[in-house]
Amino acid sequence: MLENFSFRTIVEYLPLFGQGLVTTVWLSVLAFAGALAVGIVLAAMNQQRGRLFRIPAKAYIDAVRATPLLAQLYFLYFGLPRLGIILPELVVGILALSLNSGAYVAEIIRAGILSIPHGQVEAGVASGMTYVQRMRLVILPQAFKVTIPPLLGQAIVLVKDSALLSLIAVAELTRAGQLLASDRFMPAEGFITIAAFYLLLYYGLKGLAALSGRWLGLAGAQT
Amino acid sequence: MIWQQLQSLAGSYPLALRGLGMTVVLSLISLVLGTLIGFGLGILRTGGNRLISGVIGAWVDLIRGTPFLVQIFLIFFILPELGIELDAFSAGIIALTNLAACFICEIVVAGIRSVPTGQVEAALASGLSRWQRMRQVVLPQAMRIVLPPLVGQYVLLIKDSSVVSAIGLTDLTRVGWLVVQRVPNGLLVFFLIGLGYFIVCYPLILLARRLEQRIGAAHGEVQI
Repeated sequence: MLENFSFRTIVEYLPLFGQGLVTTVWLSVLAFAGALAVGIVLAAMNQQRGRLFRIPAKAYIDAVRATPLLAQLYFLYFGLPRLGIILPELVVGILALSLNSGAYVAEIIRAGILSIPHGQVEAGVASGMTYVQRMRLVILPQAFKVTIPPLLGQAIVLVKDSALLSLIAVAELTRAGQLLASDRFMPAEGFITIAAFYLLLYYGLKGLAALSGRWLGLAGAQT
Repeated sequence: MIWQQLQSLAGSYPLALRGLGMTVVLSLISLVLGTLIGFGLGILRTGGNRLISGVIGAWVDLIRGTPFLVQIFLIFFILPELGIELDAFSAGIIALTNLAACFICEIVVAGIRSVPTGQVEAALASGLSRWQRMRQVVLPQAMRIVLPPLVGQYVLLIKDSSVVSAIGLTDLTRVGWLVVQRVPNGLLVFFLIGLGYFIVCYPLILLARRLEQRIGAAHGEVQI
């Protein structure tokens, strides 16, 4: 059994875990901001009538959803240098997370827009509003509310997905656990500790999602 | 140069097939086991025993709250310390099955809760046993809600199986990683790897979408 479980080693390595946790948090924040940007652009393209924008957006979303993040990460990590683009691992990782989550964010936004009853759009048209006015004044304010809980759910997924960046040697939380596991041959100490840290982030975001659901007055909001 | 790379890639074709086979076998075994266990857990969780449903809920939360990579490392490196010898394949199957079971449990619980209580009461009044109520009344109605996310979950499972390459299993992603060491064209290699996943996953995504639309139509919602 785990009778040799060493809390002392965990305490000794706490600064490393702390750094890893901080890196995981801020790289997730950056990646999520990127994902929102990508998602909004994709959703806007998807809303157009012209095929010129709609088809590339749909193709991108399907391609991302049908392939694993790890393969996408390696695609960028091994592929970008081929195009003469040399970036630090951390940047490649954030880019991969943004591009991946962006596709899911686009779907969330689309669902949010679709959830607005069509009568609202028609009322906007009848009032003589332009497309931009309808979007800005009628649809988006209502859609925004519906998208918050699933967006927080996507943030949870993103934080967990960021663990994969350890496989391209980004010094985040999982990497810290791997270092402890390989330096001291203490996989239990390393991986149980990082699991606890991830749970901390998970419950934090989950609490936030529940809170936002109540705050926005959405019944049965779940992530 | 491109020509040489293509030739070299063509030489890796048996390896790629083996990788695809590994991905399919891993996904299929854990998909079947995960579905069975997931349904079992979901039914137990809605069974009314507070202790059982509390324990299952806590376990599901643990699994949903941690990255799959960390779960694989925990299973692969820690179970041997507890005296359970594991090869990478069994560790991968255990990790994937557990993950699938937990997510499917949540889906099944949502499905069962969507069945109106009047239905259960009517079954009770008709003198059906607990098992009969579940099998003949609740589950058939819950399946309508369960099916689309279940298929979606299978897609996630196939994609998550790529993470087992981290413990050295030669699945499709690992093949890409191996090939790219010899053929330094990451774009081409991982485009082909991605294509392999796409061929397996995309039909399932379409199926999930179709099922969802059917439910929407059954509820009389208008597709915009």
